[in-house]
Amino acid sequence: MLNQTIAVAMSGGVDSSTVAAMLCQQGYPVVGLTLQLWNQRRLAGREGMPESVQGRCCSIDDVYDARHVAETLGIPYYVVNQEERFERDVVRPFVAEYLSGRTPIPCSLCNNHLKFDQLLTTARQIGAELLATGHYARNEFDERSGRWLLKRPADRSKDQTYFLFGLTQEQLSRTVFPLGDMNKADVREQAKRAGLRLFEKPDSQEICFIPGGDYKQFLDAYLDEQGEEVPDTAGELVTTTGELVGTHNGIHNFTVGQRKGLGVATGSPLYVLEIRGDQRQVVVGSDEELFSRTLRASRLNWITIEDVHEPMKVQAKIRHRHQPADAVIEKVGDDELLATFDQPQRAITPGQAVVFYAGDIVVGGGWIL
Amino acid sequence: MQRVYLDNNATTPLLPEVFEAMRPHFFEKFGNASSIHQQGQQAHAAIEGSRERLAELLNCRPAEVVFTSGGTEGDNLALFGMLQPGDHVITSAVEHHAVLNSCHRLEHMGCSVTYLPVNGRALIDPDDVRRALRSETKLISIMMANNETGVLQPVNEIGKIAAEADVYFHTDAVQAAGKVPIDVKEIGCDLLTISAHKIHGPQGAGALFVRKGTLLQPLFYGGRHERSRRAGTENLAGIAGLGKAAEIAHLGFRDGSVARLSQLRDRLEKTIVETVEQVAVNSGDAPRVPNTSNISFDCIEGEAMVIALDLKGLSVSTGAACSSGAIEPSHVLTAMGLSADRARGSIRFSLGKQNTSEDAEFALQLVPDVIARLREISPAYNKTHA
Repeated sequence: MLNQTIAVAMSGGVDSSTVAAMLCQQGYPVVGLTLQLWNQRRLAGREGMPESVQGRCCSIDDVYDARHVAETLGIPYYVVNQEERFERDVVRPFVAEYLSGRTPIPCSLCNNHLKFDQLLTTARQIGAELLATGHYARNEFDERSGRWLLKRPADRSKDQTYFLFGLTQEQLSRTVFPLGDMNKADVREQAKRAGLRLFEKPDSQEICFIPGGDYKQFLDAYLDEQGEEVPDTAGELVTTTGELVGTHNGIHNFTVGQRKGLGVATGSPLYVLEIRGDQRQVVVGSDEELFSRTLRASRLNWITIEDVHEPMKVQAKIRHRHQPADAVIEKVGDDELLATFDQPQRAITPGQAVVFYAGDIVVGGGWIL
Repeated sequence: MQRVYLDNNATTPLLPEVFEAMRPHFFEKFGNASSIHQQGQQAHAAIEGSRERLAELLNCRPAEVVFTSGGTEGDNLALFGMLQPGDHVITSAVEHHAVLNSCHRLEHMGCSVTYLPVNGRALIDPDDVRRALRSETKLISIMMANNETGVLQPVNEIGKIAAEADVYFHTDAVQAAGKVPIDVKEIGCDLLTISAHKIHGPQGAGALFVRKGTLLQPLFYGGRHERSRRAGTENLAGIAGLGKAAEIAHLGFRDGSVARLSQLRDRLEKTIVETVEQVAVNSGDAPRVPNTSNISFDCIEGEAMVIALDLKGLSVSTGAACSSGAIEPSHVLTAMGLSADRARGSIRFSLGKQNTSEDAEFALQLVPDVIARLREISPAYNKTHA
């Protein structure tokens, strides 16, 4: 295996930089690749958007950092520009989802379309059959089932498998996750020992194309740049019984479970329960009403199995920061799955991903309807 | 791993004689040419010697040569040195960014600019130049040879139009120098830019030809260097290198080295076209410099090809502008009317005097294989070849 060229997806962060260093130390021919996905300067300075852009994942500063690591390690390094595809496959769907009243996860889309599709293709084009990333996850080939498995990493607090549920067998067979058995502290230690000056660089937690994190400002700025109008979806705030309790100024301003910004003063706190896009209604209610035992999902991807043929017990995560909860899943349509939780779950949000685990192993997942 | 460098339009390695011409100026003959003493006089003599070499290369007077830090400074000096708010400039859509971005800045400052289109062969139509003339036109700036395609513009004709209209004419000859003879009288230009590192000289040195009587505002104020046209202590070693490089460039038209380059390029190009399917030489039949071959390969990402070739030891480029990770489709190929796909699938091979037929062989071994592998993986190619 040592003569196999491995491409490393380098974001300029500590994790992927350490991966590159580790693989070099192990003697692999390593090539560093950075995906240039979004021009951070595009919306800078527009109303509501930050003027100057600090290093966020894949910003110009991060490219410099990645390049510097490559130079320190003495490996060939290339920037692969995929701005067009990123805008088409990640940013535009992101905008469309919000405008439809759903809460999107661009990172999963990016993984599916860019990091593990485009980048794998580019890696193959330049002669690297394998791609290594700095994700905290594990993958392995299971002889018994003949399938590639995706598993949770040793460092649970950094578990990124939620965002990787969409990986296909082919993608998993060509991906390497060297950090799967390490914890964050060890990774920083390795980086320091490898002489990487960025070993103390803070982690990037935000959506990479929204510096500052305010997605509403981003929507405004982006649509303005595109010469499009933010559609007028102002409408009613109603309860589950249909009672009108107020108005709102646009469904994209809300997400399920949200408490602030409702502009309604009542005795007890009100939360967003549901966003009815076509009726421009935002349904609000009490905290208890936020709990539900079922969800439906579509556009499913299965990893341990080919498909769900009969009801199956799993642990399901409905958002990244969520404890996997026991549930039973069953197919109820061609592209529809019903998940029934043992216990009611709070704020199940259309647009988010639901990911199914069997202990440490990722069974598969889909998008919440 | 063997490395072959075929990206000489990006920059060239020094020729050994050029380095030898520079060497004394680092330690022994290091003086400041403005000084009165021996070291100053030596430095001054070296600089004036280089100036004469440039004058021979361009067929102008030594006093008409201004030393600069390179092509970009030369272009900036020509444009900002000649133009005032209210002036009109005629230039082309295929100029180097040093000209284009200077023009954008000039527009910001109150000048008006006409960017002339090119035809499918990347050529300017001199009639378009004539038609664009206005009463406020002060300057025409059209490059002599294009860096991406190698195409030679009809600068002689444009020079005549400029003379008739009593308008100044600047030409960026950075990619032409050493490849085709340059005669400023024949061209009829008032300003002309040269860069050392494109003719096997060092980076950081260049020259701007400024016809006698042309009033030029300097960019740099300070001492009276270069007849008060470019302040700053001279880059002595750089200028020495530039002078030697210019001498060798001029000789190249008589000693067979340019002819050899031309043959090598032709052979490389012809063989690729014959061995690989679905390729096209961009601007192949337009007048071109003898070292450049810009070829588009169907169903290929030029970027992936450059990387794949680099990993195998061959250095070429896509000829697209690259600025901190953002790669835009070539403005030159786009201006020629190439589709985005074809522009993205284009590779530029540019030879230099140090390249040998072994180098060409090396490239010819690699290129068809890499193309074949890339096409194997390409969904677009497989669709039409299933």
